[in-house]
Amino acid sequence: MEGAEGNNKTRRGVFVTVGTTSFDSLVRAVDSQKVKQELVAKGYTHLLIQMGRGSYVPTKSEEDSSLGVDYFTFSSSIADHLRSASLVISHAGSGSIFETLRLGKPLIVVVNEDLMDNHQSELAEELADRKHLYCARPQTLHQTVADMDLNSLLPYSPGDATPVAKLINKFLGFPDD
Amino acid sequence: MIFEEKLRCYGVGGTACFNSRISSRRLDVIVALTEHLKLLIMEKGNDCTLFRVVSITLSFAVLVVTLILVRILYVIYRSRRPFSRRAAQPLSTLIILGSGGHTAEMLNLLAVLQKDRFAPRFYIAAATDNMSLQKAQLLENSLAAENGTTAPSAAQFTQIYRSREVGQSYITSIWTTLIAMVHALWLMIKIRPQVILCNGPGTCIPLCAIAFLFKVFGIRWSSIFYVESIARVRRLSLSGLLLYKLHIADQLFVQWPQLQRKYPRAIDVGRLM
Repeated sequence: MEGAEGNNKTRRGVFVTVGTTSFDSLVRAVDSQKVKQELVAKGYTHLLIQMGRGSYVPTKSEEDSSLGVDYFTFSSSIADHLRSASLVISHAGSGSIFETLRLGKPLIVVVNEDLMDNHQSELAEELADRKHLYCARPQTLHQTVADMDLNSLLPYSPGDATPVAKLINKFLGFPDD
Repeated sequence: MIFEEKLRCYGVGGTACFNSRISSRRLDVIVALTEHLKLLIMEKGNDCTLFRVVSITLSFAVLVVTLILVRILYVIYRSRRPFSRRAAQPLSTLIILGSGGHTAEMLNLLAVLQKDRFAPRFYIAAATDNMSLQKAQLLENSLAAENGTTAPSAAQFTQIYRSREVGQSYITSIWTTLIAMVHALWLMIKIRPQVILCNGPGTCIPLCAIAFLFKVFGIRWSSIFYVESIARVRRLSLSGLLLYKLHIADQLFVQWPQLQRKYPRAIDVGRLM
């Protein structure tokens, strides 16, 4: 771990994404001192926030401070941001979840409790039970960051549509091949 | 008035006395009532053909409703059974794209389906959703490139009006729902698909309902496949639940075993993502 003591710190970025809508309570949570402190304690150096249509604007901070904070609203290159991140904190949409898991990035999913039909927590909680990610609420995010052990996460093997395709073929009377 | 009096003398009007001797008097009352009805019918039947017309119309209506019900039951029974004959020709396929995550799951399924069997393909997405059709177009284009053909002639892309947008008032949504229904019907008459693939959300409901009616009235037989979203772990979505409970989906696939245990007619196919 030469990076930790050398003045040439290795970049360990956290990417936060709220998706196509807004999720102010998540942005507010990652912008809070409690969460930032825990992130610094875990050795992260940068925080990049995709804030969507939210109205809460996080405070930017300089590159050379203990945790450099930056934000933007939308970008067409979310995949690049995910790829260069060391940790992803995401809303509970299935698109973001599976894109991050496929890239093999450690993931904390934060469930939006303000949504009316909150079925999204089902998926996040199931995948958390299977140790593919951590699941948190905005107000418990600092605790999750403090307690997480990224080595205990299991890699996610992508699903397969062949079984359902086979069943459809069989039902319609197409021969197996 | 006279009828009421008669009833009273039969012991129907006086509830007190009726309650006290229910078992012994019930039969008497029924017999007496039928006698009275017979009298009424005979009195009117002599000079009035209206009663006959009404009774014929009624029995005809009952017959038609019964026939339709029997047909619906047959369609439900038949829909659950796989085709016994070998499919020789490609089947025209309607693919209903939801949005975001739903579309991604559907495209994963399409990537492994044999395109020569499911052709021609008609893609439908909500009018407010521009991304889904673009993504489907990309998939079709890459297919065409693989086969060396220039234009994806086997695919068509259509947008459909939604019955209600988020935040729309209820009064205007009556009108828009009507337009959406007519549009859905028009598209279904044009396409008349043999296979329908859908995975929610609500856009697929009117189209599947029309397809089911086509089956009942013998306009077009189609096989409806619904794949519940991977995001549904513990409960079906409203669309899934409707298609399951109303027996509209021939096969309803789920991606988690615990969901299959809750809805026994569903089939667990494992994760698509």
